[in-house]
Amino acid sequence: MPTIEMVGRREFLKKSAAGGAGLVIGLYLPGKYEALAGVPPTGAAAINAWVQIALDDTTMLIIDKSEMGQGINTALAMILADELDLDWKKIKTEFAPAAPVYFNPVFGLQGTGGSTSIRASWEPLAKAGAAAREMLVATAAKRWNVEPAACHTENSAVVNTASGKQIGYGALVEEAAKLPVPASPKRKGTKEYRYVGKATKRIDSGIKVNGTAEFGIDVRRPKMLHAAVARCPVFGGTVKSFDGTKAKAVRGVTSVVQVSTGVAVVADNTWSAMEGRNALEISWDEGANAKNSSDAIHKLYQERLEQTGVIARKDGDVAGTMPGTAKKVEAVYAVPFLAHATMEPMNCTADVRADGCDIYAPTQFQTFAQIAGSKITGLKPEQVKIHTTYLGGGFGRRAELDFIIEAVELSKTTAAPVQVTWSREDDMQHDFYRPAVMVKLWAGLDDRGGPVAWKSRIVGPSIMSRFFPGSVKNGLDDTATEGIATLKYDVPNFLVEYLLTEPGVPVGFWRSVGNSHNGYIAECFVDELAKAAGKDPFEFRRGLLTKDARQRGVLELAAEKAGWTKPLAAGRYRGIAVVESFGSYVAEVAEISIDRKAHTVRVDRVVAAVDCGRHVNPETIRAQIEGGIIYGLTAALKGEITIANGRVEQANFNDYDVVRMNETPQVEVHIVESNDGPGGVGEPGTPPIAPAVCNAIFAATGKPVRRLPIRAEDLA
Amino acid sequence: MGTTFTLNGKSTTVDVDPQMPLLWVLRDTLNMTGTKFGCGMALCGACTVHINGEAARSCITPVSSVAGKKITTIEGLSADASHPVQKAWIEEDVPQCGYCQSGQIMSAAALLAKKPNPTDADIDDAMSGNICRCGTYQRIRKAIHHAASLGAGKS
Repeated sequence: MPTIEMVGRREFLKKSAAGGAGLVIGLYLPGKYEALAGVPPTGAAAINAWVQIALDDTTMLIIDKSEMGQGINTALAMILADELDLDWKKIKTEFAPAAPVYFNPVFGLQGTGGSTSIRASWEPLAKAGAAAREMLVATAAKRWNVEPAACHTENSAVVNTASGKQIGYGALVEEAAKLPVPASPKRKGTKEYRYVGKATKRIDSGIKVNGTAEFGIDVRRPKMLHAAVARCPVFGGTVKSFDGTKAKAVRGVTSVVQVSTGVAVVADNTWSAMEGRNALEISWDEGANAKNSSDAIHKLYQERLEQTGVIARKDGDVAGTMPGTAKKVEAVYAVPFLAHATMEPMNCTADVRADGCDIYAPTQFQTFAQIAGSKITGLKPEQVKIHTTYLGGGFGRRAELDFIIEAVELSKTTAAPVQVTWSREDDMQHDFYRPAVMVKLWAGLDDRGGPVAWKSRIVGPSIMSRFFPGSVKNGLDDTATEGIATLKYDVPNFLVEYLLTEPGVPVGFWRSVGNSHNGYIAECFVDELAKAAGKDPFEFRRGLLTKDARQRGVLELAAEKAGWTKPLAAGRYRGIAVVESFGSYVAEVAEISIDRKAHTVRVDRVVAAVDCGRHVNPETIRAQIEGGIIYGLTAALKGEITIANGRVEQANFNDYDVVRMNETPQVEVHIVESNDGPGGVGEPGTPPIAPAVCNAIFAATGKPVRRLPIRAEDLA
Repeated sequence: MGTTFTLNGKSTTVDVDPQMPLLWVLRDTLNMTGTKFGCGMALCGACTVHINGEAARSCITPVSSVAGKKITTIEGLSADASHPVQKAWIEEDVPQCGYCQSGQIMSAAALLAKKPNPTDADIDDAMSGNICRCGTYQRIRKAIHHAASLGAGKS
């Protein structure tokens, strides 16, 4: 999300200048933020906002990101363990409260997204760890009356190198915490790392295999009530009138109240709340979108495709060169809306009182949650405490606030702690969807098959117009054009247009954002060009990546590991795709089997090569790429949200099915050793899989797959 | 008038609507939140528990139907995450977000109890009702084979 990065940094610098300077390096500033930042438990002292050391040497690492599967607790523990020489077994983790000290420097607010967990946290945390280490060493050296240089650290203790005597961190921390924080602490060299760069098992597996990890939906507070909300089935619709008599008759229901998103039924258990909700009688004002449909949106997009858009990228002179090219290729691609379908449906628990508010939320954006809580309750932001739970999947959905607003409104109205739980149907029909887009592409090849002119026109909604409106300038939203506007191929005349088009369906960040659709479209079109040029798709790409060694590197590695040049068994086909996103480069080769009679496809094997620069945990990278591939494979093979009469037609996993165990390919992940970066890994595995699979189908059938999901007719 | 069943080895009586699904009895009445809500229609497997040793979707199981039966939840699978399936899950670094894993583990444990050395086809059959949106399937498959080698089926 390059736009966020730019805007966020600017906003952050503004905030820093306004009095938060120093927070960027993440050191604990006593005073203003003290009350907001993590308060160390009795018998422990805070070295800074991330590190608390207890008297028994246990180190509490405050995780300022949301853990939604990406293994951030483990990665941050590895970084800290190396810089601070911690005993691995003595590290504990806790999620940070909402506080400016924990702002993600990429966004200028506290949040997790855009594959920034490591990119945003590595430097500040490593520096905080190194500073803490120097403070502990200085304290021990003073006690022994030796120079700090005569000491070293290991396993959560300072060691007097000459005498071999040691003092555990716990016995030093209270005194150490009083020292000034060194501004430029000495950092460990790569060769001194014991954890960073080495495959390390997750530290949160234990609680995730015995049912004790606390997700938002698992929060239990004394006297807590449960709520279910009926929302207008048409986006933007409102409540005209309602009758809660039947709902109130359901055993366990305590009240029926209107909230900003609809009508809520509150009960002493979730099931009664849902049963009560089903018994509500509501008359809706369906509003402007009442007649909206996928057909209408399709038609709108097609009309827009004939108009000229604003320019997102322009190299050379497409208009001047295209007419004279030897061979021309033209295509229109389309993708549908997609739901996130996190395994944990949306939910939130709030406890609003006169003197404060506690919000227990599986949220990706703590700062927004805090501001929302403050607005609804009228309390000051610092009176609104955000307790981030584990997230049962995020994928961008939990960057939104709708579920938080409902919980806070309900707790305020009922004067009790309330947990709102969405059903799967609620979750699927009231999402902020991956945008449906339509793209028209034109390319001209010279007489040797080289693409000399490329033009693409993207029609689709803008996520940022709602989420970060300030970042949309002249009708341009980088998240709508990334994946095409960011292409690396050597095409001298290159034009990308965008037509911001409002479809009447709310859209949001969906794992890999614009790259999820544009990566598919661009990489399938490249295969069409390769065919027109009479060239092998891998060789064609390689020939066009002379200026980008990293992109070419992953392409070559994936092809080599997949055995690109080796013949396949009968009925098997290969496709390749490469997409750069979030600072990382990923190429994937998909090997498929097609049953031309049954019109079915099976993805048998995927070979991925990833260059995410210098990295923390290779095992996490493998897991994230594996998972990103499965997520993208669902979009390629199955995912489609359609609209009829203003309503989402899909409701649950029966009509919005996802890839399951029996359809899972064998996935191999190869990691490039690199000192670049670091890049993200949560999202970059997703974009290349749909085009790799579609290109394999193209190789099998000779027909390009120009819309997703893949349909039976594509396999004939 | 309550419903009585054996939950993780302990006799348990609840006084709730007999139609209330076992899932919500566990989560809201008994505050045992290890069993997860995912779809409410037995489509995703997040709510999987064992009823008399068989994997069952608690989200569509009225509590009245388990009267007198033996129920095991993720909390009762082992006292200390020492069940071979749990050990294998940790060894193979299976969980990502972790939300579906209680259900995955209960399905896998039921499979191994019946077939101590399952084939890949057995795993497809037994596990395809359990969705994981993080896409940990490949590691789950490996972990089930690993658990089999640890003797999960014999416990």
